[in-house]
Amino acid sequence: MQRRDLKTWLFLAPAGAWFLCMLVLPLIVVFVFSFGERGAAGGYVPAFTFDNFLNLGARWAAFKNTLILAPLGTLICLLIAYPLAYFLALRTSPRWRTVLLILVIVPFWTSILIRSYAWIYLLGGQGIPSLLNALGLGNPRLINTPFAVLVGIVYGYLPLMVFPIYVALERLDKRLLEASSDLGSPPWRSFLQVTLPLSMPGVATGCMLVFILLMGEFLIPAMLGGGKVFFIGNALVDLFLQSRNWAFGSAVAVALVLVMLVTVAAYLHFTRRWAGGRDDVSLM
Amino acid sequence: MESNLKPFSETQAAPIAELRGASKHYGAVVAAEGLNLAIRRGEFLSFLGPSGCGKTTALRMLAGFETPTSGDILLDGQRVNDVPPHQRPVNMVFQHYALFPHLTVAQNIGYGLRQRRPRPPETEIARAVDQALETVRMPGFGPRRIWEMSGGQQQRVALARAIVNQPKLLLLDEPMAALDKKLRREMQIELQTLQRQLGITFILVTHDQEEALSMSDRICIMRGGRIVQVGSPRELYDRPTTRYVADFVGKSNFFAGKVTKVAAGRTELAVAAGRQIAGVAPVDIAVGQTATASLRPEQIALSRETAGQTVPVEVINRIFLGEHTEYLVRNIDLGDFLVLVSRQAEASEGGFEPGDQAFASWTDGAALILSDD
Repeated sequence: MQRRDLKTWLFLAPAGAWFLCMLVLPLIVVFVFSFGERGAAGGYVPAFTFDNFLNLGARWAAFKNTLILAPLGTLICLLIAYPLAYFLALRTSPRWRTVLLILVIVPFWTSILIRSYAWIYLLGGQGIPSLLNALGLGNPRLINTPFAVLVGIVYGYLPLMVFPIYVALERLDKRLLEASSDLGSPPWRSFLQVTLPLSMPGVATGCMLVFILLMGEFLIPAMLGGGKVFFIGNALVDLFLQSRNWAFGSAVAVALVLVMLVTVAAYLHFTRRWAGGRDDVSLM
Repeated sequence: MESNLKPFSETQAAPIAELRGASKHYGAVVAAEGLNLAIRRGEFLSFLGPSGCGKTTALRMLAGFETPTSGDILLDGQRVNDVPPHQRPVNMVFQHYALFPHLTVAQNIGYGLRQRRPRPPETEIARAVDQALETVRMPGFGPRRIWEMSGGQQQRVALARAIVNQPKLLLLDEPMAALDKKLRREMQIELQTLQRQLGITFILVTHDQEEALSMSDRICIMRGGRIVQVGSPRELYDRPTTRYVADFVGKSNFFAGKVTKVAAGRTELAVAAGRQIAGVAPVDIAVGQTATASLRPEQIALSRETAGQTVPVEVINRIFLGEHTEYLVRNIDLGDFLVLVSRQAEASEGGFEPGDQAFASWTDGAALILSDD
């Protein structure tokens, strides 16, 4: 027994050390810093004050943008991804399915930076607005608006929503749909009563994945929001690297972690309910 | 409404479902070809055959999951070719049950009733569900989850989910395939009792001949997408029309040969080395055609003296089966074949040991002369 315990610990040690050094310790540092003060030349001076937290309102715009655009982006991703995943999983021949799935992945082969640049030009003055103008539909301003950021995040994160839902629908036992039909349910009601509830774990996983990543997003708002529409991520970059107010930056980071924790807790709560008390639902 | 005008006996006699020249082709693949079958009201009918024989296709055409390429499907005298499954008064017990994992046992059973429009009141559904659970001997299991059920229990839930709707036909697609042997036997008896009790027409698909023989009123034997023979288990056992059926239903010895003589009720077959086997041909076979003589092991007697149609044999092997002993014997011309000797016969004749010389004999009517397909 002793030897086996030792072996287990040895195997777990690298992952444990990584987890400790790269996640737990930094989190503790951030947590401690969040009660400190900014040094005269920036950085951190030890202290114990709640001022940083009381001052969170100063970054209210960043919180507001994130808390509106991240859920909204997640929702739009879901509304586009579900029909797409449904079509791929249930309405496509196996040969086409592979081709179409690859097409969903292909954008990942190019850096998100380059793809975001493409959107800057598409949404910028020479892009879609000028096209609309030529068609006599007005000359709307698109770039550097919340709309542009929304387009960017939906574009960037859509595949992450498609895959979990696709997997859930693909795994769905098609005989259940036959059983539903056999028991007198027309196809649309079978969808609502069988397909939709059984794909909910996939929906929850997709939403979770996209939402958590969106909460920490900073590249897309920086590029397509042009400094006018910024997320908490942008605020953090600004606080740590520009204003060098590490203490306040830490408080903002702690607040962000708390929001995410609440979200994950809600996710686990609901998926467990959907799975009817079964414990085999995981984050992925 | 129309049925009220017909005399009672006629509606009783009218088949509850019918396949009329029903065929199903998938491109060049023929899954079912020209199936003709009238299913009687309240009977227990089995489709029996190896996998790929078209039995499941026949069942799925009745359920509405497959539309026949040609021919018709009739339910209660109505052509239902184009009626989708959800509008057919027919329910199915699926091979792997296909129970809804996100619903409780009671919700699974009530599913069919909740699809009805107008939707019955919940109290009525609850009562029907309880009664169905009672019928399958699982009272009180309603609030349980599907994955908490054992295989046998899931099977009962699937059965309850179907019978609660009081379908005109209950279709069973190899429902016992996933159960172990002992449980299967129990479920077979239970299913049979249930069928008599409910009076619903049961249609079972199976590849297990024992299952079909023990449960069915009639068996429809299929092969290569066609119906080979339909009849009661006894008819199929005693009077198979082809070698295929004789082989599929029960054990039999087969001797291939050529027909040499056809006289009133007696057909003679020349098998190996000039040896003749005479027997009855259920379907006429012309002289000169190849055919097979089928002899059930229990219709052959083993003795130390010759009598009737007799061949000398050497005992090769014996298997004690309790009430019977099965001998494998060898004749120089006919090859190896099986003889089933009852305990009584063995008592009067004395047992045989491997290596013993003996005579195998059978009465004139025992052998069946069958066409080869």
